[in-house]
Amino acid sequence: MKWDEFFVTGEPMIYAAMVSIVLVSIAIPAGLTYFKKWGYLWREWLTTVDHKKIGVMYIIAALLMLFRGGVDALLMRAQTAVPNNGLLDGQHYNEIFTTHGIIMILFMAMPFIIGLMNVVIPLQIGARDVAFPRLNAVSFWLFFFGAMLLNISFVIGGSPDAGWSAYFPLASLEFSPTVGNNYYSLALQIAGIGTLMTGINFLVTILKMRAPGMKLMKMPMFTWSILITSVIIVFAFPVLTVALALMMLDRQFGTQFFTMQNGGMDMLWANLFWVWGHPEVYIVILPAFGIYSEIIATFARKNLYGYKSMVYSMVAISLLSFLVWAHHFYTMGHGVMVNSVFSITTMAIAIPTGVKIFNWLFTLRRGKISFTTPMLYALAFIPIFTIGGVTGVMLAMASADYQYHNTMFLVAHFHYVLIPGTVFGVIAGFHYWFPKVFGFKLNERLGKWSFWFIAISFNVTFFPLFILGLNGMTRRMYTYSESTGYGPLNMLSMVGAVGLTIGFILLVYNIYWSTRHEPREVTGDPWDGRSLEWSTHSPVPEYNFAKVPEVDQLDAFWFAKKEGRSLTQEGGYEPIHMPNNNGQPFIMGFLFFFFGFFMVFSWWIPAIVAGLLILGTMAYRTFEQDHGHYISVEEIERTENALRGEKE
Amino acid sequence: MKVDHSLPLEYSTEENKLKVLGFWIFLGAEIVLFSTLFAVYFTLQHNVGNGPGGSQLFELTPVMIETIVLLSSSFTIGLGIHAMRLGNKKAMMAFFGITLLFGLGFLGVEITEFVTYVHEGATMQTSAFLSALFTLLGTHGAHVTFGLLWGSAILLQVKKRGLTPETANKSFIFSLYWHFLDVVWIFIFSFVYLKGMM
Amino acid sequence: MKKKWLLFSSFLILVLSGCDNPLLIFDPKGPQAKTISDTILFSILMMAGILFVVYVLFTFMLVKYRASKMDESYEPPHEEGSKWLEITWIAIPVIIVVILSVVTVRSTTDVESTPKAYANETPLIIYASSSNWKWHFSYPEEGIETVNYVNIPEDRPIEFRLYSYGPISSFWIPQLAGQKYAMSDMVTKIHLAADTPGSYMGKNSNFSGKDFAHMEFEAQVLTEKDFDEWVKDVKETAPALTEQEFNHLLEPGVLGRKTYKSTHLEFSPAPEGEHAGHQHGGDMEMEMEMDMTHESESDIQGEHHHN
Repeated sequence: MKWDEFFVTGEPMIYAAMVSIVLVSIAIPAGLTYFKKWGYLWREWLTTVDHKKIGVMYIIAALLMLFRGGVDALLMRAQTAVPNNGLLDGQHYNEIFTTHGIIMILFMAMPFIIGLMNVVIPLQIGARDVAFPRLNAVSFWLFFFGAMLLNISFVIGGSPDAGWSAYFPLASLEFSPTVGNNYYSLALQIAGIGTLMTGINFLVTILKMRAPGMKLMKMPMFTWSILITSVIIVFAFPVLTVALALMMLDRQFGTQFFTMQNGGMDMLWANLFWVWGHPEVYIVILPAFGIYSEIIATFARKNLYGYKSMVYSMVAISLLSFLVWAHHFYTMGHGVMVNSVFSITTMAIAIPTGVKIFNWLFTLRRGKISFTTPMLYALAFIPIFTIGGVTGVMLAMASADYQYHNTMFLVAHFHYVLIPGTVFGVIAGFHYWFPKVFGFKLNERLGKWSFWFIAISFNVTFFPLFILGLNGMTRRMYTYSESTGYGPLNMLSMVGAVGLTIGFILLVYNIYWSTRHEPREVTGDPWDGRSLEWSTHSPVPEYNFAKVPEVDQLDAFWFAKKEGRSLTQEGGYEPIHMPNNNGQPFIMGFLFFFFGFFMVFSWWIPAIVAGLLILGTMAYRTFEQDHGHYISVEEIERTENALRGEKE
Repeated sequence: MKVDHSLPLEYSTEENKLKVLGFWIFLGAEIVLFSTLFAVYFTLQHNVGNGPGGSQLFELTPVMIETIVLLSSSFTIGLGIHAMRLGNKKAMMAFFGITLLFGLGFLGVEITEFVTYVHEGATMQTSAFLSALFTLLGTHGAHVTFGLLWGSAILLQVKKRGLTPETANKSFIFSLYWHFLDVVWIFIFSFVYLKGMM
Repeated sequence: MKKKWLLFSSFLILVLSGCDNPLLIFDPKGPQAKTISDTILFSILMMAGILFVVYVLFTFMLVKYRASKMDESYEPPHEEGSKWLEITWIAIPVIIVVILSVVTVRSTTDVESTPKAYANETPLIIYASSSNWKWHFSYPEEGIETVNYVNIPEDRPIEFRLYSYGPISSFWIPQLAGQKYAMSDMVTKIHLAADTPGSYMGKNSNFSGKDFAHMEFEAQVLTEKDFDEWVKDVKETAPALTEQEFNHLLEPGVLGRKTYKSTHLEFSPAPEGEHAGHQHGGDMEMEMEMDMTHESESDIQGEHHHN
């Protein structure tokens, strides 16, 4: 391989990216050295096993990826804003929409949700950490280095270019000869293993570590949503693992799974991909449903309406999510019978989803609604997501799908599902739980400005795409001729995309502004919340709860507040057992990065060395004797007094 | 660390209980993984292209040896766990050692089998059927290989540290893993080899 | 209320299928596309009803129960839920899904078979195969082949048989019928008929690489007489399609129109029957031996043979 093949060349944008990568990678170590923060970074962050810090790191990474995916999106909208535009060529456009999809789903939506669940779940169930804190750190670093691996493809070797669904034979070596899709198979594999471990971790955490008295049917709805999501992760991600492994074997080891000769079957990939891919949609949507349930109940000052049916409908959705994958390719020609069955299962998902919508609406009834920023996102979700939902039902009808498939109508539909569903959800959760983690709220005024920009621009961006789709515009077209008449609506969509950008810039600016100017929040319960996370201090001490709360009902904290009683028993503190920090997860992730990188380029010997080193870190782990440490009663008292002192 | 002496050693601490449950869930994910590989295999088993099919390739003798060896190893690891519960460290180590030797034997036969296939011109690249076959068998074989490394590491720890809640927990979890590999093999034996030979 | 509803639905239909510039999907020119267009309009009406209910409830809740309108001391009640309300909002969606399921199954059956009005006629068979980034149309009965345009007679059932010499593509003439995938190891079918002569846009809708956006073709519906004349004309004037020429056509690139008086089916049969799936293996590989970096002479030479 020559150097000019190794580095991507020939595009000013790529050179700019290279320069900025070099600058950032000089600036970060330089800054760390200058401010003498190396030790701080290592001790407090890189080696941490604290679920709250891991959650924060997930969210920071997700915001960075949101930026990357957002720039991709802007470029796509800019390229298609006018007919016959020459901003990007076909190949470049293909790489951009491919990475946009991968990054937004796997490296933005997923980590944002996993970040929130890391921060919130142990607090919400009254636990001191997750079941396997060390594994949690491994999960994070695998995700992080997987994401980094995919991102360097932009400047080294070339990005994947066969769409985020990477259909074969298009994604085969024959039609996609760059290393781009090797990055796809390896980066997603590494991050995916991390996600699987997260699923197992949270499943055990929620099943086994709830506060005394918190029966399953007394758990907050967000916890329920994460429990169900974790189950979906555990059952769906191994399918992705296999699919990606087969992809790697086909591309780099000459096997014949999805090839066009010797018995290969291209549609097998599509089946495997969507058997994982459809549940994946619910992995990113259900937690958002949980977030909305928390927020709507809190700001309507009312308990969640139809709690049981909310739980059952999530269970129903999770089961159905595994039975609908073939609706992604009705047009494959598998006959009326198969298409009809999948149409019906798909439409059936609308029923439990509808139940949830109506339960939220009836939570509002007789409530006392205050329009805070998180509540605005939660409220905007209902009407916008319903459009996504009903168009989903329309797409579910096989015959009609023959006209929607692969068109902008589909693109509009899934953005109408994923943006109000997932993105509004995580932003709402971000605003809602921000004070819990950092001890101050995000500014409400800026928050509302950014909300209105995002909510309105979203519709301006994506509603026109419905009409374009019905007018025959297919997705993934890098250009179109003027005679098609697609120009004006695409331009309108571009305008919306600019508005969305402004909204997101305001959101980030709000973080900066609030860090400097917002007053410290000292009650620990800024929103008059209902669940256990609001019963401890903000920011939360390392051990979460000085004494584990005991609960006897849903919203126990809310009722305790009203009745003026405490959730913890009388008596002094006891020493708290906590896990030790350790650098092994970080090092392991780092090695996985190099392993993946060498594999991408089929440099076998370095890859084997990196692989052996990974095994070495595992061996280190099994022989290591680490029993954690105890926080003494005196130290707990000191911390608690300090945190309480702030209140007075 | 709170140790509850009324329970078997491997369940005796809160952490141990969490780990056993976590590992069961992990095995659930492994079942999905192997089910997917089986699904791929069944989809592609007749897509032999220009290469040989299963009936031309499979031979009963080595497969029977593999099956007997692996089934025996599942039995010996069961005895090992039984010895562990009785607190008999020596017997436990002996049974674990035998298990690992059986595992090594299994792997040896499987590798010779692979070499034979390749010599007969049936490589992973020949046809979709063979790609799926090698991947399914190879994934199982890789699991066994990893098990050998893992089991040896645990054996070393038991030798050094004795039967503590920690080592007992690791040994027990390892036995779950080993039984699981045996179950997967039974499916491979019945649905890949026996069915393929018919 | 009822009046408003009627007004709304007629407005919707007007917007979507308005006369002067209708959206492609709502401007069908054949029975199959018409069936789908009707199905879609029906589903839009139903969905509009659902949206209406949700929006009314939503607005009502937000207007009535905002804190700013409430008494300081108002404390919302504790409500577990209501059995009857919950049954209602399960039952009604179930009914809607049942109705839509029936519509789906019936319309899917319709569009997957020869259009009803033409059920007794033998369809004209046209093989449509894709390669990067063009469409090849073979008329086995007429023994002619075209590239990037297809002429079909009006009022006669047509059976397109689809397959691909490369990535999966999706054959789509929105105004005549819904789309279907063309794949390398099997043949899929589209049944359609056209009832109005004219020129319609056809394309590959499934992403297939660099020049996917240019993978369009013209579907021209001719009267029976014009069609026969065109076939005759091609037979007399167009060159034969040799294997060498065909392999040249398969090289990746964008091409203009081409017309031949013989088809590639003789030397490179479609993957159906004995040629389906894996058995087809060997020769396919040779055909696909293409140099991807070779940009191929994107010779946009128009060879217009029709009228």
